[in-house]
Amino acid sequence: MSTMMQPTYLHRPFTLVSSKMDNYRTRSLTFAEKLDCQPGQYVMAWLPGVGEKPFSIAGDDPLQLMVVDVGPVSHSLHSVAEGQRVWIRGPLGQGYRLVGQRVLLAAGGYGVAPLYYLARKALAAGMSAEVCMGARSAEDVLWAERFQALGVPVRVMTEDGSMGERGLVTKATEAAIAAARPDSLCACGPLGMLEALDRQCEQLGVARQLSWEAHMRCGMGLCGSCELPAPQGEDGSLHRHSCQQPGWLACLDGPVSWKE
Amino acid sequence: MGSADLTCRLLGLEMKNPIVLASGIIGTSSSLFLRAAQVGVGAVTAKSCSLQPRAGHPNPVALDWGAGVINAIGLTNPGAEEEVHLLAEGRRILEPYGVPLIASIFAGTVEEFGQVAALIAQARPHLLEVNISCPNVADEFGTPFAAVCESAAAVTESVRRAVGKDLPIAVKLAPNVYNIGRIAAAVVEAGADAITAINTMPGMVIDAHARRPVLHNRTGGLSGMAIKPIALRCVAEIAHAVKVPIIGTGGVNTGEDAAEMILAGATAVGVGTAVWYRGVEALGTIAQELGAFMQAEGIRSLDEMRGQAIR
Ligand SMILES: Cc1cc2nc3c(=O)[nH]c(=O)nc-3n(C[C@H](O)[C@H](O)[C@H](O)COP(=O)(O)OP(=O)(O)OC[C@H]3O[C@@H](n4cnc5c(N)ncnc54)[C@H](O)[C@@H]3O)c2cc1C
Ligand SMILES: Cc1cc2nc3c(=O)[nH]c(=O)nc-3n(C[C@H](O)[C@H](O)[C@H](O)COP(=O)(O)O)c2cc1C
Ligand code: FES
Repeated sequence: MSTMMQPTYLHRPFTLVSSKMDNYRTRSLTFAEKLDCQPGQYVMAWLPGVGEKPFSIAGDDPLQLMVVDVGPVSHSLHSVAEGQRVWIRGPLGQGYRLVGQRVLLAAGGYGVAPLYYLARKALAAGMSAEVCMGARSAEDVLWAERFQALGVPVRVMTEDGSMGERGLVTKATEAAIAAARPDSLCACGPLGMLEALDRQCEQLGVARQLSWEAHMRCGMGLCGSCELPAPQGEDGSLHRHSCQQPGWLACLDGPVSWKE
Repeated sequence: MGSADLTCRLLGLEMKNPIVLASGIIGTSSSLFLRAAQVGVGAVTAKSCSLQPRAGHPNPVALDWGAGVINAIGLTNPGAEEEVHLLAEGRRILEPYGVPLIASIFAGTVEEFGQVAALIAQARPHLLEVNISCPNVADEFGTPFAAVCESAAAVTESVRRAVGKDLPIAVKLAPNVYNIGRIAAAVVEAGADAITAINTMPGMVIDAHARRPVLHNRTGGLSGMAIKPIALRCVAEIAHAVKVPIIGTGGVNTGEDAAEMILAGATAVGVGTAVWYRGVEALGTIAQELGAFMQAEGIRSLDEMRGQAIR
């Protein structure tokens, strides 16, 4: 690389040092290098000849990603051997902010990845953290033991009751908010879960930071592909198909939205 | 001393400032048009559309290579029929802000340019930009329409015939041609009311570690600061060759960059890649910075500056 300028946003090769199966379709990838970034930001992971897709940052020093095998890029990332390289562009986007003393985390699926990184940063900043996890079934619950190892209390909800309590994650967050009011709720997970949490926080008057998934292409706020309706509706809902609200770019303005 | 006057007249359009959102940058929905209007842009150009919908290229489609951006989005768009609705809604939403809407079209053949133009005219945009210069598509022989006077003029005539006299048209030119002034003269002769220049500059970024081009499309269009001197030279040459207004576009990131574009002969100033460097707010900030620059330099209006550097 040129010594005159070091563009941060070119892809850089990262060497995989560990690739571990977390469950039947999820792997944690750990690299040799670190990345200067914030929890909630994401990277574009490029496998030359295969493709490039966004992934949340699960750890910064060294860089860690959690990858669910759903299609060509994630599948190929699963078969990268230790010692081989993955090309990383980023960090991109706006992450979570550390505010107040108490943070409540709510995770669905690979949403645990950015929240685990956030929990570590929050604890290091002297804050307290608690996590609520939602999953279909026990085999879909990810990294519960890693949060426990940090000393972060974990509430697990499964749709079939095979682990923790039966029900949706909102049941756990309601109980957690009632027990100890957080300064903000930070969540990452599927759309329906985020919308439900948004409504709940609106009702209970809790500030929330929600990380939205969108179809990302450029990751630079240029192509418009990742536009979501502004996530800050009066009634706490997404303004789907509404053109009365200015558009919101998940890749540049987000992925994390903020509402008091 | 009164503040500098930023109002800009482009053909029949009244703009509160000369900053135009360039085609292909967040011009994909009426809610994003609204966002641009709310941060203070002077006019908005929609993403280029074609007769049929296009998905575009797979990732990687864009990256910042250090002195600018390269992209090969692949002209993703919902097709002309859908675009008509988007533009009609966009126009209605921009109305209260006094922000004109510019539509943008492209096609693979001269005839198809006319067909798309006729459809898009139904949405009654304030101006129709004809993109003959996207480096990621070309005519059936692989030559961009913008590269040859005859094909550039043929496209312009086809569009002019399709939309009649009521809808003004701007033709968007490519920088990588031998004599951009002659191309400009040819399209004006063929009926163009304005020129937009420049589109992106074709380029390639190679990853030495991966030993291959980064973009999935291999090549793409360069934009941002790296192309500003190219854009200024092109605008100056066009300003010498023709009398019609120019939307000077390419590498404008600050108010001073915008001033340079006007000094080179531009009437309005297109801004695209600055959204990556400075956020969507750049569309308003650059206008404010231009006002502050003019104030500090004792320049009262855009007319006073226009083309001053090339006389
Ligand atoms: C900001 C952001 C952060 C992300 N973080 C992560 C992360 O940390 N870990 C991670 O694994 N993914 C993450 N994703 C999602 C990931 O980018 C996509 O799953 C990506 O499409 C995978 O690419 P692919 O080529 O493997 O599959 P694609 O071909 O893109 O997708 C294959 C199919 O799977 C579907 N699909 C996509 N995601 C899922 C899913 N989660 N479950 C079931 N089906 C799905 C798609 O709709 C498509 O039909 C994130 C996305 C965004 C926008
Ligand atoms: C991501 C991206 C997409 C673009 N798409 C289009 C397009 O659809 N039609 C078009 O005429 N120009 C398109 N352009 C070119 C811009 O409108 C503009 O001419 C060029 O980027 C130079 O201006 P800038 O340096 O301010 O970005 C695109 C540029 C970028 C960066
Ligand atoms: S992914 Fe292109 S604007 Fe967000």
